[in-house]
Amino acid sequence: MRSAVRPAHSIISAKGMHRKMEKNTIISLSNIAVSFDGEAVLQDFNLSIEDGEFVTLLGPSGCGKTTTLRIIGGFVRQDSGDVFFNGKAINDLPPHKREVNTIFQKYALFPHLNVYNNIAFGMRVHGKSDREIRSKVGEMLEMVNLIGFEHRNVDRLSGGQQQRVAIARALANEPKVLLLDEPLGALDLKLRKDMQVELKKIQQQTGITFLFVTHDQEEALSMSDQVVVMDKGTIQQIGTPIDIYNEPKNAFVADFIGESNIIDGVMREDYVVDFSGRRFRCVDKGFATNEPVDVVIRPEDVDIVPADGEHLTGVVQNVTFKGVFYEVIVDVRGFKWMIQTTDFVKTGEKIGISIQPDEIHVMHKSEYSGTFGDYSTFSDEMDEDSKLPSDVTEAEQE
Amino acid sequence: MKSKAAAYPYVVWMALFIIVPTALVVVFAFTDRSGAFTLKNIQGVGQYSNVFLRSIWLGAIATVISLVVGYPLAYIIAQSDSRRQNVMIMLVMLPMWMNFLLRTYAWMSLLEDSGIINRALGACGLPQIHMINTAGAVVLGMVYNYIPYMILPLYSVLTKIDRSVVEAAQDLGANSRKVFMRVTLPMSMPGVISGVTMVFVPAVSTFIISKMLGGGSNLLIGDLIDMQFLGSAYNPNLGSAISLVLMVLIFICMGIMNQFDENGATEGGAMV
Repeated sequence: MRSAVRPAHSIISAKGMHRKMEKNTIISLSNIAVSFDGEAVLQDFNLSIEDGEFVTLLGPSGCGKTTTLRIIGGFVRQDSGDVFFNGKAINDLPPHKREVNTIFQKYALFPHLNVYNNIAFGMRVHGKSDREIRSKVGEMLEMVNLIGFEHRNVDRLSGGQQQRVAIARALANEPKVLLLDEPLGALDLKLRKDMQVELKKIQQQTGITFLFVTHDQEEALSMSDQVVVMDKGTIQQIGTPIDIYNEPKNAFVADFIGESNIIDGVMREDYVVDFSGRRFRCVDKGFATNEPVDVVIRPEDVDIVPADGEHLTGVVQNVTFKGVFYEVIVDVRGFKWMIQTTDFVKTGEKIGISIQPDEIHVMHKSEYSGTFGDYSTFSDEMDEDSKLPSDVTEAEQE
Repeated sequence: MKSKAAAYPYVVWMALFIIVPTALVVVFAFTDRSGAFTLKNIQGVGQYSNVFLRSIWLGAIATVISLVVGYPLAYIIAQSDSRRQNVMIMLVMLPMWMNFLLRTYAWMSLLEDSGIINRALGACGLPQIHMINTAGAVVLGMVYNYIPYMILPLYSVLTKIDRSVVEAAQDLGANSRKVFMRVTLPMSMPGVISGVTMVFVPAVSTFIISKMLGGGSNLLIGDLIDMQFLGSAYNPNLGSAISLVLMVLIFICMGIMNQFDENGATEGGAMV
């Protein structure tokens, strides 16, 4: 693998891409497959992680994201495939010999040690001198804002403080890669937002590669350089947060990342797509003539206009006040759209819908077609807890 | 309020069968046969100091052996899958369901000079070993009878150690020896303490084991107390005094143990 990676890298630098920081693949997973009790958890899994990047594995529970992390940490052995670290296969390396550290879901702090000794654990194990340990622990405590907590018992800390100790403990070891397994899942919303900012800051300061696992799409979008969207043990899409949001590859990604109206359509020719009984101009091309496609329109990209003959028309089913905007469910020829608008409309009102060409995103059909992106169940459960299809995954995790 | 009312029967039970008898022991220890206050009984205990020493010594040896044998076993059981755990725990407890006297009798017939072991040795042409009526036989009896009380608390503490804490230690660079010394062992100290307590206390005050396996030469405190109440030397006042001194000694031993535990909890990181 080393020989495969290095030449590729030198070709890039030979071509004079000096503006881009010199990047190195630090971890690469190749053809990984794992199954537990005969059930496939990961299949044909390939992923390269660049040195110094903040990469997020995003997906619903059971998609294999934690398993991926545990394979890299050395806690799960893959059935087949290879794990490379800096070009070297580390398949047979036990966890304690791997240059990665993990922040566990429930922190897994040592309950019999105080904050200082928790953070010092890795350095003690590696036989560092007391002086070295003292200065490093001090540095770590400062970084995570826990100065003065050295002698506190870890079970007398709040969730957020325990989280900080876990971060300090892992980073005190100066790992090349930090693996974070849903580290913010147990925190309340406000604290979670603060920790997101802090983690991102720490990552940028230290330059350590972060591999972050979450089911929270907002968390993934706001923190990551690269997002890996996973479902059913396979990668659905890899890209920057902007790519993932604006150019989802299939209905699963479109639905999992934010709200989406996903409508059946037919691609007539380049830049022309038919859906909802009308013809639209769009910015997508490269599809076969008359190819059936999924059309994604984000709720915030739809403009409400008077119901004249020139636009799509629909009947308002439901209006919910969300603070910044209204969430409007509109029945357009039997398909329920979600529209987020600042304009007030009344239930039962007939409205026109205007969509700009660059707000239409066309995707190839996939196994997920038809399963997401329709808000027809929305109004029925509106009164209860607004069980949106995409909210279900979040609610399950809470 | 309801919960308080539910506790009354237990409070009455405690008062009747724990506090009152303990108080009676104290009263007997400080009175003579006519009921007058005296310190003679307590002073009289001094002449048996060698018996006390022997009891504590043999009890301590039995406790250490139980710990050394019981810890690895408890650890292995805790590491197994849950079905195997249940079977193994049942096997540990199985001898406890057999009558104590019967178990000790069984050891007698095994260890006797003309017992099963010696006959087997003889059949193999090996020299016979004198085992019965030795301190070793008493320690063996103590270990055999009390080791489940060591294994069970250790097992329950070890199964409660979160798997992810062990993984965190590995993740931070600890090999399996360091994981054990720095995480598993210090975290299982409460189990060690209660196991040691539960073996040491009955071992120190046992009398049947020493009577049956130790013969006359290995008199323990339990035998001494037994003699004061049911035996030839009938003297309940002296017996109470001996019991009281034994109780205080055990209290002191446990106090030392708990001290050790607290130190372990706060300075566990410096243990290795």
